[in-house]
Amino acid sequence: MSLSKEPVKRHHMHRDTGDIIISVVTYIVYALFAFVCVYPFYYIFINSISANNLSERGKIILYPMEVHFKNYASVAQIPGLLDAAKISVLRTVIGTILTVVVAAFLGYMFTRETMWKRKFWYRFVAITMYFNAGVIPWYLTMKTLGLTNNFWGYIFPTIIQPFYIILCKTYCESVPQALQDAAEIDGAGTLRIFFSIMLPVIKPILATIAIFAAVNQWNSFQDTLILMKDQKLYTLQFILFQYINQASSLKALINSTTSSSQLAASLAHAATQTSIRMTVTIVVVLPVLMVYPFFQRFFTKGIMIGAVKG
Amino acid sequence: MEKQRAKPAINYRRRRSYMEFLYILPFLLLVGLFSYFPLYGWVYAFHDYRPPFPISSETFVGFKWFTYVFSNRVRANDVLRVLRNTFAMSGISLLFSWFPMVFAVFLNEIKCRPYQKFVQTVTTLPNFISWVLVYSIAFNVFGSFGAVNSVMMDMGWITKPISFMKSSEHIWFKMWLWLTWKNAGWAAIMYLAAIAGIDEQMIEAAKVDGATRMQIIWNITIPSILPTYFVIVMLNIASFLSNGMEQYYVFQNDFNRDFIEVLDLYVYNYATSGTGNYPLSTALSMLKSIVSVILLAGANGFSKLVRGEGFI
Repeated sequence: MSLSKEPVKRHHMHRDTGDIIISVVTYIVYALFAFVCVYPFYYIFINSISANNLSERGKIILYPMEVHFKNYASVAQIPGLLDAAKISVLRTVIGTILTVVVAAFLGYMFTRETMWKRKFWYRFVAITMYFNAGVIPWYLTMKTLGLTNNFWGYIFPTIIQPFYIILCKTYCESVPQALQDAAEIDGAGTLRIFFSIMLPVIKPILATIAIFAAVNQWNSFQDTLILMKDQKLYTLQFILFQYINQASSLKALINSTTSSSQLAASLAHAATQTSIRMTVTIVVVLPVLMVYPFFQRFFTKGIMIGAVKG
Repeated sequence: MEKQRAKPAINYRRRRSYMEFLYILPFLLLVGLFSYFPLYGWVYAFHDYRPPFPISSETFVGFKWFTYVFSNRVRANDVLRVLRNTFAMSGISLLFSWFPMVFAVFLNEIKCRPYQKFVQTVTTLPNFISWVLVYSIAFNVFGSFGAVNSVMMDMGWITKPISFMKSSEHIWFKMWLWLTWKNAGWAAIMYLAAIAGIDEQMIEAAKVDGATRMQIIWNITIPSILPTYFVIVMLNIASFLSNGMEQYYVFQNDFNRDFIEVLDLYVYNYATSGTGNYPLSTALSMLKSIVSVILLAGANGFSKLVRGEGFI
């Protein structure tokens, strides 16, 4: 990440007291900010691996106690959880691939000055960022198109993302025109230029877009809420939301599948509302937590390019 | 000779220009289907639509639902209530919109690079989790047996758990806090970029002249990033009525609903509730869209007036 400038050479080593106070206060305040952002994740994680009778009573605050991983096996038994995971993964993979490919193609095509009414069509797409019809008309449209209670209802409406298209277009414009001209002289057509010349060149921006698109797909909740009544199509996000509100019935369900002798032997491992909630939360957040450190620079790059007007 | 050679070239160019259009046509159709076609759904606002019966000329009721919103006592009160909540939440956001900017300015003052980078990385993280997960975190950390209540009980500050979640107390401010927890680090990145673009020589010159750090911040850093802040404020104003429904949907419960239901959420809740109907919800979201477009155009026009360029 190249946000910060090169360290400034200090001409004056002398620092007055005001300076020092500012330094100390900033360091402390930002440590608090960092803590507030990290601790909740840590807290939920240590609770999900601690003895359930302790976590239920709020005894796990700083570090895990009586570590066990039974909770992760327990939540796998919850009916629907594995299906939901499958749906979430599928929509993330398919949705991301299509979104990225289409953004790359349209971004490139909108730089083709030869295209008929190029500017008009570009605006036709870009302006859709600024309005939407509202929840009900959208629902009725999706119903008309047969995309309610249909897996493709997750995919088709998300393929065209004007913002990503603008990012791609801006990036394509920064690629030297000579590259395309040379290919054209060699007899390459529009599509040929896209696939063999531009696509490899614009890979960096596509990586950024892929990360954004994947996180959005993974996190999406509202479309399940509005479009899907069929439980087989529920996503992990949606199921997590249900679990938070109805963990008590699930507790009974999980504990009933475990035989009573086992249960008595290990109160520490019997599912509690808390353990279910926390464990499922970790399952849902884990993919994002895992990719985040590695792709953080892509995220940052995305917003920087986005700040440059398309 | 010259003419004969020129003609096929023109034909070729024209054909290619249409071909290129044909390549993107399928995608334009998708845009039409998912972004423009739903606008047709606004006609439902003018009908007495009772699904599953289709609308026809017989169900046409003109502006009935638009006047109904204001003439029906219960609905009018509902709308006033959700408008109050919408204005409160958007107002608080607007009032504290300087927070990410100040966050970025002082983050930039941290000269230990690894620490600065660490803080930036972890404060950006919450932006990438969903509202459902934010709610789950809230539930787990602030619930009756969550970390906050546990610590306060252990310290003897309280004798029984405070129900943070199941109450409407300070709900507007709490919602702002969650919004800020999620977004502030992310929003700060743009300001950090603007700060990185400040001319080093200006700062050096100020230092030679004996300026203190606060003086540099106040006279150089802040003025340099004000244009960015201005755009953010304009965008805030343009989306004043659109808080989105997801955050409020997941956080709503019987205790806080009266204060948490914003316009976007009400449109959904009302349409899906037993007594609700689609036409009235559609009429409301239609009114909202129209006001939003006016706000957007107004903010953009104001931006043109002040900075000489818009943000659309």
